Amino acid sequence: MTDRTAASIADRAAAATPAGLTRRVRGLSDRAIAWLFIAPTIVLLLAINIFPLIWTVYLSFTNYRANRPGRVIDWVGTRNYERLLGSEDVWEYMQATAHFVSWTMIIQVILGLGLALLINKNFKGAGFWTTIILIPMMLSPAVVGTFWTYLYQPQTGIFSYIINAFVEVGPIDMIGSPGLAPWSIIIVDTWMWTPYIMLLSLAGLRSIPDYLYEAAEIDRANTWQKFWHITLPRVMPFLMLAVLFRGIENFKMFDMVVELTSGGPGSITELASINLKREAFEKWRTGYASAFAVILFVTVFGLGNIYVKALNRVKQ
Amino acid sequence: MTAGGNSFKRWFRRGPWENGATVTIALGVFMLMQSFSHFLFSQSLTVILTGTIGFVIVSHFPE
Repeated sequence: MTDRTAASIADRAAAATPAGLTRRVRGLSDRAIAWLFIAPTIVLLLAINIFPLIWTVYLSFTNYRANRPGRVIDWVGTRNYERLLGSEDVWEYMQATAHFVSWTMIIQVILGLGLALLINKNFKGAGFWTTIILIPMMLSPAVVGTFWTYLYQPQTGIFSYIINAFVEVGPIDMIGSPGLAPWSIIIVDTWMWTPYIMLLSLAGLRSIPDYLYEAAEIDRANTWQKFWHITLPRVMPFLMLAVLFRGIENFKMFDMVVELTSGGPGSITELASINLKREAFEKWRTGYASAFAVILFVTVFGLGNIYVKALNRVKQ
Repeated sequence: MTAGGNSFKRWFRRGPWENGATVTIALGVFMLMQSFSHFLFSQSLTVILTGTIGFVIVSHFPE
């Protein structure tokens, strides 16, 4: 398009703009126009994110119950927090969450890095296998939870069948057994999210320049030395990022575990977020549940700060 | 640059303070999720909150 044509289109557009509007827009500074565009987003953000957050913090200091809207709300100070942090039950839920988060992270990092090292070999069909490996990550957690309950069926499930093909132990009740239930959710989360760790590790591996390995070859470094002194330090920031991201996500884990075990048997797989939902929408202790939500939020916010710091380090 | 300004810059550099806040947050999260002391669990929120607020403040310190 020539300059003359562009100028003509601009002139026609200016002529078509109502006179009153032209004056008003011409009277605004660039900064004011920028604010005009950003304002709807900021208003939405305040209404959907910031207001509920502030309201939750306020409710956490009250004895409010959402199922009794007419009742007078009493200010109870920090009593909800004292009860939460003094409760042995809440401590157990946090331990269940810690068990889930720590084991999923350990297993997923080992498997994810291993898979990334394999895929990075660029063998025939590597692209196809990468796609196959990535499929679980693309599924909905609720769907994954539902179909793994079928796979875990002691009598008819394929999981029990495969284990018995190797070791004759009879029907395995993964979801119903108190000893195995915590591992059942770890296995499903690992199946679903190891590809994510693999993907980030692969990005780290692909960023390592070949000349480092060539220099190591000249120095007659063996495979282990090359992995320990070149590969691992270069991939570490990416792994840190993956661990922090998945750690935060698993700390908040809810849907997949609810579909799989609903927190059972007993309360052995009742993670913090599942108990929070029970307190808020089954026992209707809204003030108490709000305090619990604030504790989880502060923890995730703190971890988020570390995450941003790690992200900056990766950028550098 | 005044002597007071230099002294501020020397003591309040972002890097070390940010590392300190990060360690405090990590310690608080560990206290929240460990399984051997109920006392540590009951103090965890205070530690995480201190670390988090500290992090927000020190991230505004000069490099």
